[in-house]
Amino acid sequence: MVAFTIQRLLQSVLVMLTVALIAFALFNYVGDPISNIVGQDTTLADRDHLRAELGLNDSFIAQFARFVSHAAQGNFGLSYQQARPVSQIILEKMPATLELSFTAALLALIVGVPMGIYAGLHRHSWVSQTMLTVSLIGVSLPTFLIGILLILIFAVVLGWLPSFGRGAVVHIGWWTTGLLTAEGLRAIILPAITLALFQMTLIMRLVRAEMIEVLRTDYIKFARARGLTSRAINFGHALKNTLVPVITITGLQLGSIIAFAVITETVFQWPGMGLMFIQAVSFADIPVMATYLVLVGFFFVVINLVVDLLYYVVDPRLRIEREASANV
Amino acid sequence: MSELTASGTPASVPERPQRWMRFVDSDLLWSFSRSPVTMVAAVIALVIIGAALLTPLIAPQDPYDLASLSLLDATAPPAWLKDGSWNYPLGTDNQGRDVLSAVLYGTRLSLLLGCSAVILSFLLGVTLGLIAGWRGGIVDALIMRVADVQLSFPAILIALLIDGVVRSVLPRQVQTEISLYVTVLAIALSYWVHFARTVRGSTMVERNKEYIQAARVIGVHPARIVVGHLLPNVVGPILVIATINLATAILTEATLSFLGVGLPPTEPSLGTLIRIGNDYLLSGDWWISIFPGIALALLILSVNLLGDWLRDAFNPKLR
Amino acid sequence: MTPKNTEPLLRVENLRVEVPSRRGALTAVDDVSFDIAPGEVLGVVGESGAGKSLTGAAIIGLLEPPLRIAGGSITLSGRRIDTLPYEAMRRVRGKEIGVIFQDPLTSLNPLHTVGHQLVETVRTHLDMGSVEARGRALSLLGEVGIAAAEERIDHYPHQFSGGMRQRVVIALAIAASPRLIIADEPTTALDVSVQAQIIALLKRLGRDHGTAIMLVTHDMGVIAETAHRVAVMYAGRIVEIGSVRKIIDRPSHPYTAGLMASIPRTSGPRGRLQQIDGTMPRLNAIPEGCPFNPRCPKRLSRCRHDRPDLIPSGDADVACWLYLPVSEPTHA
Repeated sequence: MVAFTIQRLLQSVLVMLTVALIAFALFNYVGDPISNIVGQDTTLADRDHLRAELGLNDSFIAQFARFVSHAAQGNFGLSYQQARPVSQIILEKMPATLELSFTAALLALIVGVPMGIYAGLHRHSWVSQTMLTVSLIGVSLPTFLIGILLILIFAVVLGWLPSFGRGAVVHIGWWTTGLLTAEGLRAIILPAITLALFQMTLIMRLVRAEMIEVLRTDYIKFARARGLTSRAINFGHALKNTLVPVITITGLQLGSIIAFAVITETVFQWPGMGLMFIQAVSFADIPVMATYLVLVGFFFVVINLVVDLLYYVVDPRLRIEREASANV
Repeated sequence: MSELTASGTPASVPERPQRWMRFVDSDLLWSFSRSPVTMVAAVIALVIIGAALLTPLIAPQDPYDLASLSLLDATAPPAWLKDGSWNYPLGTDNQGRDVLSAVLYGTRLSLLLGCSAVILSFLLGVTLGLIAGWRGGIVDALIMRVADVQLSFPAILIALLIDGVVRSVLPRQVQTEISLYVTVLAIALSYWVHFARTVRGSTMVERNKEYIQAARVIGVHPARIVVGHLLPNVVGPILVIATINLATAILTEATLSFLGVGLPPTEPSLGTLIRIGNDYLLSGDWWISIFPGIALALLILSVNLLGDWLRDAFNPKLR
Repeated sequence: MTPKNTEPLLRVENLRVEVPSRRGALTAVDDVSFDIAPGEVLGVVGESGAGKSLTGAAIIGLLEPPLRIAGGSITLSGRRIDTLPYEAMRRVRGKEIGVIFQDPLTSLNPLHTVGHQLVETVRTHLDMGSVEARGRALSLLGEVGIAAAEERIDHYPHQFSGGMRQRVVIALAIAASPRLIIADEPTTALDVSVQAQIIALLKRLGRDHGTAIMLVTHDMGVIAETAHRVAVMYAGRIVEIGSVRKIIDRPSHPYTAGLMASIPRTSGPRGRLQQIDGTMPRLNAIPEGCPFNPRCPKRLSRCRHDRPDLIPSGDADVACWLYLPVSEPTHA
């Protein structure tokens, strides 16, 4: 277990370094960092001086090492647009995005997994067929369109729920939460559904496909031939074997929820990192873009790591083969 | 059961039917005729494609011609509502643009961009996949590592990033003019991986088969082997990927445009139209965003349905 | 050796299995009838696709849709089982009929220990607590020849070799002491050296417990060593059925004769190995008349049009116009 974890950690660090390298390249080679800092009338000598002071004349490796060590300490420089430390902006925006993403992820899992299991077990029933067709519509409708439709129905026509913003928030240290006020809870409903819908349909289709795949295997046929009850076969055997691939893809999907939050946040003017990123893209605010990239990369790596460790817990083959190879 | 299989030829060699008869007789057409949903999807897709091709002929108005717009007619509702007029069957937007015409031109643009992006990512992916699978070694490792890293991020994020980078490199006035190409490039660069992985996998399998070995031994040029022998073997899966990618590419373009980093309002695709309409949604002028939305949803849904059917038809055991 | 005139354990009559296709139903198993007596080992041989595995699947009620039983009846100890509802049939599977599949590598769930799978099977069919069931699981593992059962019981399938896994599969099949075991190609996926051990184990279990075995295989060597009687299948039909000595030494049907001639022998007169020309027809191209007629070296003209039924001929039943009872004219 320890060897496996260390190996996976090393891989994660490697991926993070790659992402950091791209972010660093963005910082230093897209546009001239000096002219982003100084005014038009700065002399060439001053520019050179500043260049030396900022260490821009150092070797590539030295500059990259400095970038990484700064980044590790949470120092990502100043936003071009707002002239404030990027880390400060991010810290303000992060709680909104994380609350929205986790709510949506939970929703997608709680609804998507049982629906997928049902559709896999009863794949010829009309309920499953209907769910499958509806889910295809869910996959085909762009996230922003779903958001717009929900706003039209529940905010404009019915007037039940707010159409934008986070509502009232409570400060807990540096974290702000909308989940503790009635207004905040009402505000999160539409964005969370919008964000969850696509993932929900995807998870449902995935679980269904895996379930069907597993039900076709020899060991399920053999379990039937042994006269086990349907319950034991479906839940004791099929579901457990479905879990391994489902965990993987669900994990990756959860990661992409954070990325898709960009769209949902734009539709609902949700004050999170996604909205911030879109604004950064339209203003070519490189430090904010790069930081967002590093941060999303970090989330992905952490999720992947957790997924791998879960894998390890679920699948005995992995466990024993690793142990065996570690003993050699 | 090898001891029982015989060396003799089969008792009767079936006559080879005509090409057309083969098609009529094929499982593909059969499964098509068995799936009403697929047929409806095909009809919708054909109607949309037809409308997109004929747009300049059938659209009531040229939405790019600013002179023909009249602000007096701005935000008129669809014809069947109060204050609606049959001059503008689906109403007008904030600038007095006919929504029906805008939707037609927008669909045309969305389809064009989607197809271009898929073709570009197809060329890129198939080429890189063939190279990776054929050459192997360090070239393969390099290409596939890039693919892996890219696959671990959602394509929309990659497209956004490429778009953002290009924007910060290019001066502002050029951006609007070439935003069409930037968008196509951003989408193509974020979807080549699926093609590359499939082609690489099949190439590695086929490469070691005897007929390829034989072709190599008798000195056939590698490029000819690849085009003549390898490609035909991967057409099926690639076609499926291309169809599904077309839906995703149209979706991505719409999303980029909706987020304001795709096509500009002067050259609106469906996504841009929805973005414009979204600003007027809260004041009740729903038709500006909803009609482009319906067109977009129908387009993506029908392509997705066709893709689903193709995948099942090529892979019958998945049913 | 087979006691006659006793109530058969399993009786299959006129069994017909069909699969719908775009051009009407195809017949995969056609008018198959046979009995298995208690304690008897019936070998079922034939090429791949001859319908032998489907016959087995039909008996245990596990044909994969769209395959279905389209006619005939299956009776186990005088009780008709082909019409049982799913839940009642489930109680028959494992309890009264044990099943062994071809591939031990894929027959066991990789995520559960073998002990878990054994205890689960035992407790499904027998009224036992978990401690008692584990005790039975241990004795079952011992009975199928797995050493250090105490330790092995908590291992996962991938920690066993192929032969050992097949032993576990056999232990699972006999977990509730069924009276009939259907073994579908039990040795095909195994190394040659292991095959003999598995066959010996099956024979011993059948003898010790009086369990009847339906042994589906294409390996005549296995049949010769194990079976009391043999049914030869071709294109979904039984073409010849009789005692193992008769079938091997004096095959009647030209197909059986061809099958026997294609087996290398170490005893008796040695000649060239024969082969049967052509291949078995696909389901959608089964010829009119006798299905074997295009490949038959002794074809008569009526073989092309009239399908022969199984007719007693000496000490076997044969479906061939060559063996008509003398009263009818043989020329046509």
